[in-house]
Amino acid sequence: MPVELTLIHHAARVALLILMAAMFLALYRLVRGPNLPDRVIALDLIATLALGMIVAYAILTGQPVFLNAAVILALIAFLGTVAFAKYIERRMSE
Amino acid sequence: MTSTILRIASRYLTPVFLFFSLLILYRGHNAPGGGFIGGLLAAAALILYAMACGVDAARAKLRIDPRILVAAGLLTALLSGALALFSGNSFLTGRWVMLHLPFLGELPLGTPLLFDLGVYLVVIGITLIMLFALMEED
Repeated sequence: MPVELTLIHHAARVALLILMAAMFLALYRLVRGPNLPDRVIALDLIATLALGMIVAYAILTGQPVFLNAAVILALIAFLGTVAFAKYIERRMSE
Repeated sequence: MTSTILRIASRYLTPVFLFFSLLILYRGHNAPGGGFIGGLLAAAALILYAMACGVDAARAKLRIDPRILVAAGLLTALLSGALALFSGNSFLTGRWVMLHLPFLGELPLGTPLLFDLGVYLVVIGITLIMLFALMEED
């Protein structure tokens, strides 16, 4: 934890709280989602929210190493969504 | 079935994936990263290409059979361990050389990096063997 809390750290904390609330909302959609595409979109949203959380946490702790994980997650996250989209497309054509 | 947006995007994204995989492979010795994660990223690049343009196109793009990648990776890792044997140290002792490059400054290269390169190739090969087989099934 940083010794001296500046404005940006407070901003990062508030951002983490908001992201957490958004994560719970996305989780609700993931569990309740009436059909498969809703759940896939909720999963994609959760990946993006996790990305935001990593960045806010990197600011809060002052560790730039976490940003590498954020870059990789940003690159990889959409691959799962593409794979799910292909699966849904194939299931609908059958 | 293949979408135009995905095909065009994969053309630009695949080099980015490969660049980051090499970056992570290189910095793995001192920072988070390494051969395993770098290999997974490089495999993800080819899987993205295979999802956009088809498995056969990805196989043609790779040019080498993934099984050869696995064998080459294992041999590279073995070689990195055996290099220390020639100078009288025990197996897998780390040896380092400093390269003096004209513009980049000093570049430390060592047998741990060579070992990581072996892991990188093995991970790419095995991941591609499994995923190409799964994608060809349907």
